[in-house]
Formats: sequence, structure tokens, C-alpha cells
Amino acid sequence: MPPAIQFEALADDALLLRFGERIDIELNACVQAATACLRQRLPQVECVPAYASVLLRFDPQHWSGGDPHRQVQAAACAALEEPSLVTAAPHELVIPVCYGGEHGPDLAEVAAHCRLDADAVIDRHTAASYRVAMLGFAPGFPYLLGLDPQLAVPRRTDPRQRVPAGSVAIGGSQTGIYPETLPGGWQLIGCTPLLLFDITANTPSLFTPGDRVRFEAIDEDQFRDLAAANPA
Amino acid sequence: MNVTVIKPGLLSSLQDAGRPGHAALGVGRAGAMDPPAWQLANALVGNVGGEAAIECTLTGSSLRFEQAAVIALTGAPIAAHVGEHSVPMWTTCHLAAGSVLHLGGIASGCRSYLAVRGGFDVPALLGSRSSDLHAHIGYAHGRALRAGDVLPVGTTAPLAGSAAGGEVQPLGWSLDPQPWFDFAQRPLALLRGSHWAQLDAASQRLLFDGKFSLSKDSNRTASRLDGHTLQLQTPLELISEAALPGTVQLPPSGQPIALLAEAPVTGGYPRIGQIAMVDLPRLAQRRPGDTVCFHETTLDEALTRLAAHRQRLARLLGTIAQRLEHT
Repeated sequence: MPPAIQFEALADDALLLRFGERIDIELNACVQAATACLRQRLPQVECVPAYASVLLRFDPQHWSGGDPHRQVQAAACAALEEPSLVTAAPHELVIPVCYGGEHGPDLAEVAAHCRLDADAVIDRHTAASYRVAMLGFAPGFPYLLGLDPQLAVPRRTDPRQRVPAGSVAIGGSQTGIYPETLPGGWQLIGCTPLLLFDITANTPSLFTPGDRVRFEAIDEDQFRDLAAANPA
Repeated sequence: MNVTVIKPGLLSSLQDAGRPGHAALGVGRAGAMDPPAWQLANALVGNVGGEAAIECTLTGSSLRFEQAAVIALTGAPIAAHVGEHSVPMWTTCHLAAGSVLHLGGIASGCRSYLAVRGGFDVPALLGSRSSDLHAHIGYAHGRALRAGDVLPVGTTAPLAGSAAGGEVQPLGWSLDPQPWFDFAQRPLALLRGSHWAQLDAASQRLLFDGKFSLSKDSNRTASRLDGHTLQLQTPLELISEAALPGTVQLPPSGQPIALLAEAPVTGGYPRIGQIAMVDLPRLAQRRPGDTVCFHETTLDEALTRLAAHRQRLARLLGTIAQRLEHT
């Protein structure tokens, strides 16, 4: 555990446990470890990891006999002091992506901005190993850490009204995948035929926070075959 | 038994207690915007399993009941009738088979609830029948009700004392709406938010003394507040953190936004305030143009009021269950 953890009362039923205020892969590793530990030890508290913080949401009535925030904070501190018993290995997912063309309409622009050619952008994007820092924006949308710093590009000045489901995108130093057709301002470099979120499935989200992710380039034919096998 | 939507109204959807526990997957809670009103409507028809009810916004729906049904209306005052018979609110009503219930305009407040005995029995997703209109989760992919929708109603034993007779039969007693609907629109209790101290001095004062009005651009996700533009002393660059219903955010435009039931699970705007949970249903009952004022509260005070409110609601739910048994 890192030395400094801050607690902040957010609402009647919520505390924020903060490790820092930066987007940083090491801070996020602390967040994922703390989330796993707290879920194990405080099953009655909902733990929601973000980049550098964990939201603890609880029913204040459940913690009767004193200030519920103080009780949850004390319980969380006690839980985090004990080393976790089980450290489950993170899931590793390989996401097939058809880069460029109609699937990645901003690839050329991204390449120009990065002073690379399109193939070099694809090489760098597929070479890196990413971690799912958190899910948000829409159900199943993964915010991925680990983008090659040379691929960082500003968001679009005119956000799109409809970004197609499966679009793989770069926004600033982050990369992510749109689970469904949504408005969005990130730069689209490719598309995956995989279904990211299905509310009716036993595990609705393909990704969970803490997962390891790699991208693998596929061509148009492979995209079509995989899309047919994974109907949305 | 089915209920057919003849006219949906401006924005009507099925709502229950929502979908807690899935924020880590990016799935918000949604659920009824005025939870006590939803709970009381269910209690009045003898539903005890957190059944889904219809939440109407500003105008009501028209619905045909294939078979005899037991209904209750709560929340914002709404004109309701079946044929020439008016249907009272805050009580249990028997409707004859084939009844067409017309819910009219909402005169004050914003959201009314219609519960039916047995509940609207659409498939539950992640444990809830709520429609999350923003995330497209729920009945018919989380859209608002439309004309022609046929909503199944769960089967349950008939209510004791349920008598066939006239077209509309209210029971001989009703609830006092007073504590459950804020006719006076009093100020809402607000906690200082994480970034309140970074507001400039004038904005700090305005947040607690100013009169805001609810923007037309408000929905189940958020209430936008018109009237004053607030400013930070210096701009803040924040990384995304968890977002919550009741959080008052300040985007760069300076127009405060209060997040509501369908709040996104993450957000990156400064948090200048947090509305006390006990007062969130009262904000949900403000309509565009209504005044919104805040008064400062502490966490202790907010929790004390919340506990008292929940106790009062629990007692009333118990009383209703007893009365229904002995009707």
C-alpha cells in the first residue's frame, strides 16, 4: 500500500478513498488492489474503482451506533492494513481490431499529428500492453492505461453525434473502446467486432477494472467473419 | 393480465428501486426519481417486492386495463379519471375490467407514480425493471413508453375486501400527501462539495443565498440550474472519479448541474456541493422554471434527517399493510 490514503465524505452514503490525483499506472494498480481487498472484507460496501480513487458506497442505516462514515473508514483502513489473502491474476484479453478505413476514419489524422505513418501508429498501438483503469461514460466503456506517449492526440474539436459500437479511439493520453453507438469526441483509429456489453449475459461486461488488454490487427475479411460470429 | 398504453404522456417509464451494485461496470442505478412516492404507491396496492411502477413526467399516460385491477397514484398532483369518475390520489383504487385510466396534466411538481397490484412484470435486468433512458437499459432497450406498448402485470392474490361493483372504487381512507410532497418548495439542504472552497468568494455566497431556477434542459440524468453563473478562483483540471446522484457539479460554462438518478458513474467536473439524500426526491419534483434554493447543512444533520425520514416512511408502510389486511 502507498503511504498516503485520503478519505473524503462525498455524500450521506458515500466516501472516496483517494490515492492521488494523477492518471498513473502505479496509482491505478494500488486502486485495483485496494478494490479487491475491500470487496473481500467489506461485502456490504459497493466499491467503484476509478483512476486514482475508490468510491465506497454504503447504506448509512446499516452502520448504526455512531457516525457511519467514521465506521466505514475505520473498517476500510483495517481491511487495507492486512495483506490480501488471495491475489487473483488479472484477466488478459486480446482484442482484434480492424484499423483505418471506414473503421478508423481518424487514423490518417492521428498519424499526421504524431508525425508517423499509419502503419507505425498501428504497430505502436498493438505493441503496448494496457490495463483497464476503470469503466464509465457508458456501460462497459473501458478507460485503458498504457498508451504509447507518442500516440497521444487531442480530442476532436467537433465531437461526433454517432460513434459506431466497437470503435477503438484515442483521447489525450487515453485509449478506449465504445461499447455501443454513442456520441463522442475521441479520435477513431479502428473498430473491434467483439460485443463489449450485453446486459442479458451472466457477465454483462467483456472488461472489468484491472484486466490486462492487448490489441491485435485484423483485416477487413477477418472483421466481417468475427462480426458475423458475434452478432450485436 | 396486461395493461395497454394508449397515450404515453410526455415521458413515462417503468421504474423501481434501480440497479445498485454495478457502477464498477459503468452501469448506473437509475430507478424512481422520487423513491418514497414510488414506495408508497406500491404499498397502497399491497406490493411488497419492490415492483415496477410507471413514472410519469409533467403529463400522464392513458392506459387500458384488460382485467379488474387495483391501482394507486402518488407523487406530484395529477388529474386522473376513468370515464366520468375521477380517481383520487394517495389511496387504493379498484378498477373494473376494461377500464381506461386517463392521467392528465401535472399541475405542480414534476413526477407522478402509478402502481398496480402485482407490479409491471417486464424482465428484470441486473436485478431491476427500471428503465435507464440514458444508458438504454430496461424495457424495450430502456426507452420511454410508447402508444401500443403492452405491459404484463404480475399475478397475485386479490386484495382482501376487493369488491366488484362500480367502475372506480377507492378505499375509504387515503394518505396525507403533505410530508411526501413538498408543496411549499422549501430550500434544499446542501453539503459543501469537495471543491466548494475553490469557488470565488461571490460564488460561495451565491450557492447558498442565490435563487436558481430549473432549466428546461433537465432530465432524469441531471437538473441544470439557471440564474447565476458561478466561478472558480482558478480553473481546476481533475481526473475522472466516481459521480453520484445529488452531486452539484460546475462545468466550465459556470452553470451548476445537479446529478440525478441516471447520473453517469464517473465524472470529471469540480464538485461544489452535495444535496442531502433526504432532499433529492424534492429536487426531482421541481419542474422547469421552478425556483431552486439551497441552505447549508452538515453531514450529521443530513444523516439525522435521513434516519428520521426513513423511520417515518417505514412506520407508514407498516400502517398501510395493516390497513389493507383489515379492509
